Amino acid sequence: MAKLGEVEKRLLQEVADLHTIPEGAYNIRANGVSAGRMSSANIDIQPKEDGKGLDIYIKPGTKKESVHIPVVLTQTGLKEVVYNDFYVGDDCDVLIIAGCGIDNCGSQDSQHDGIHRFFVGANSKVKYVEKHFGSGTGRGKRILNPVTEVHQDENSYMEMEMVQIKGVDDTLRDTTADLKAGAKLIVRERLMTDGDQNAVSTYVVTLDGEGSNADVVSRSVARGHSYQKFDAKILGNAPCHGHTECDSIIMDEGRILAVPGLQANCVDAELVHEAAIGKIAGDQLIKLMTLGLTEHEAEEQIINGFLK
Amino acid sequence: MLELKNISFRVDEDGQTKDIIQNINLTIPDSKIVVVTGPNGGGKSTLARLIAGIEKPLEGQIIFKGQDITELGITERANLGISFAFQQPVRFKGITVYDLLKIASGKTVSFGEACNLLSFVGLCARDYIRREVNSSLSGGELKRIEIATILARGGELAIFDEPEAGIDLWSFQNLIEVFENLRRKIEKSSIIIISHQERILNIADEIIVLKDGRIDKKGPREEILPQLIGTSSMVSYCRQDI
Repeated sequence: MAKLGEVEKRLLQEVADLHTIPEGAYNIRANGVSAGRMSSANIDIQPKEDGKGLDIYIKPGTKKESVHIPVVLTQTGLKEVVYNDFYVGDDCDVLIIAGCGIDNCGSQDSQHDGIHRFFVGANSKVKYVEKHFGSGTGRGKRILNPVTEVHQDENSYMEMEMVQIKGVDDTLRDTTADLKAGAKLIVRERLMTDGDQNAVSTYVVTLDGEGSNADVVSRSVARGHSYQKFDAKILGNAPCHGHTECDSIIMDEGRILAVPGLQANCVDAELVHEAAIGKIAGDQLIKLMTLGLTEHEAEEQIINGFLK
Repeated sequence: MLELKNISFRVDEDGQTKDIIQNINLTIPDSKIVVVTGPNGGGKSTLARLIAGIEKPLEGQIIFKGQDITELGITERANLGISFAFQQPVRFKGITVYDLLKIASGKTVSFGEACNLLSFVGLCARDYIRREVNSSLSGGELKRIEIATILARGGELAIFDEPEAGIDLWSFQNLIEVFENLRRKIEKSSIIIISHQERILNIADEIIVLKDGRIDKKGPREEILPQLIGTSSMVSYCRQDI
């Protein structure tokens, strides 16, 4: 087990709100190796045989328990691909907190590609929180390319909160999901890019079962010279409801491409998309300035609220 | 409290220059409610925006509490004690009513204090304090929240641009009480209200009638009000509604 330094502890706090060792099951990965692992009576965390990830088994009927699996990188030039598979039994109600923080003070790129697969059992409820954060003054880039694959069994519910607010230079997010009858997926993505950062976020959600439901909402801010692409596609293969929304603020020289896509393969599939991109409204700035904020403070308040 | 000296403002519209405010001189005394009325397009809202610093005059001077504020921006004027309630309150995604009251106050606002502010404008605090100031709120609700932000700021000069616009009759009745209470709440403060409403004109200490960018009439309510009966400068709530 590796020992955590101050920078690693700060990153852990940023991505998983962890000040100390978490309660319940956890695995903390620091610079490519485990810095602590604990299974619980109902949640078993097993390293994969090749050492490149974890298998996490959550027993059927597990309620009100959590799993923390944060990753921190502070070594410049370190590139890793990690495969984590979550097997959530039937009738569970669990919280899974992932997230990755990279602090790169060197000249070489640091990169973490986390590939997460979720197999959510029937009638189970999962909340998944994933925060990505980058810091450090080095020229080397901080790169995060998460791949998330969700398979939802009948009447399961999955809520995904994905946040990347600061310091990640390059990201390619790829999320796919397929839902059986009565399953529901909620995605809330919040993304901010600045400087020369690039972020591409792609979703393909397939509604296979009758009564399945997906709501994929992204709120994002592109500042500086940054570029974002939000590409969300929902396929309706049965009587189902799908909604995708991209709501974005652009500032400075930022650029955003929103590509909402819907494909109905069943006459009873009800699919809706919305996309809006614009700068901060002048009236919003003026209102907050009449309350005593400077223009810059007003902008920060508006963005903080928007991404909250 | 506030003095406008030779204020003029014009805009370019379709390549033509249009005078909106022409050489206005006026004084807003301490502890008074001054209602500015007049026909539509007469320059009332522009006058309010000039005082708040949202627009800058082309000519003239604005003096607030003895200080020349003509060159000061919106934020600086706000911090000197000028507050401004929008005719169309602004919506914000993600900013809650409580957040907005905290920003307005400029200091820590306890949950209890925020609730009192909302109760003052006739909103049940428990239902509203955590709500976002977004499109889920009605025009009347937004208007009351807008007024609560003015109360939270507690400045010495509050400007309300057509506070009755977009609110229902029930809210309107309460609005009058809010203004009367507001005057009592902030000592020595003055209130400028842009309005055509008879009931708002009835609570004025002084009335100013703006027409074509100039002051057509000004004086104590008792003197001006009788001259407005039957004109577009004074309408009853229901009449305007029809």
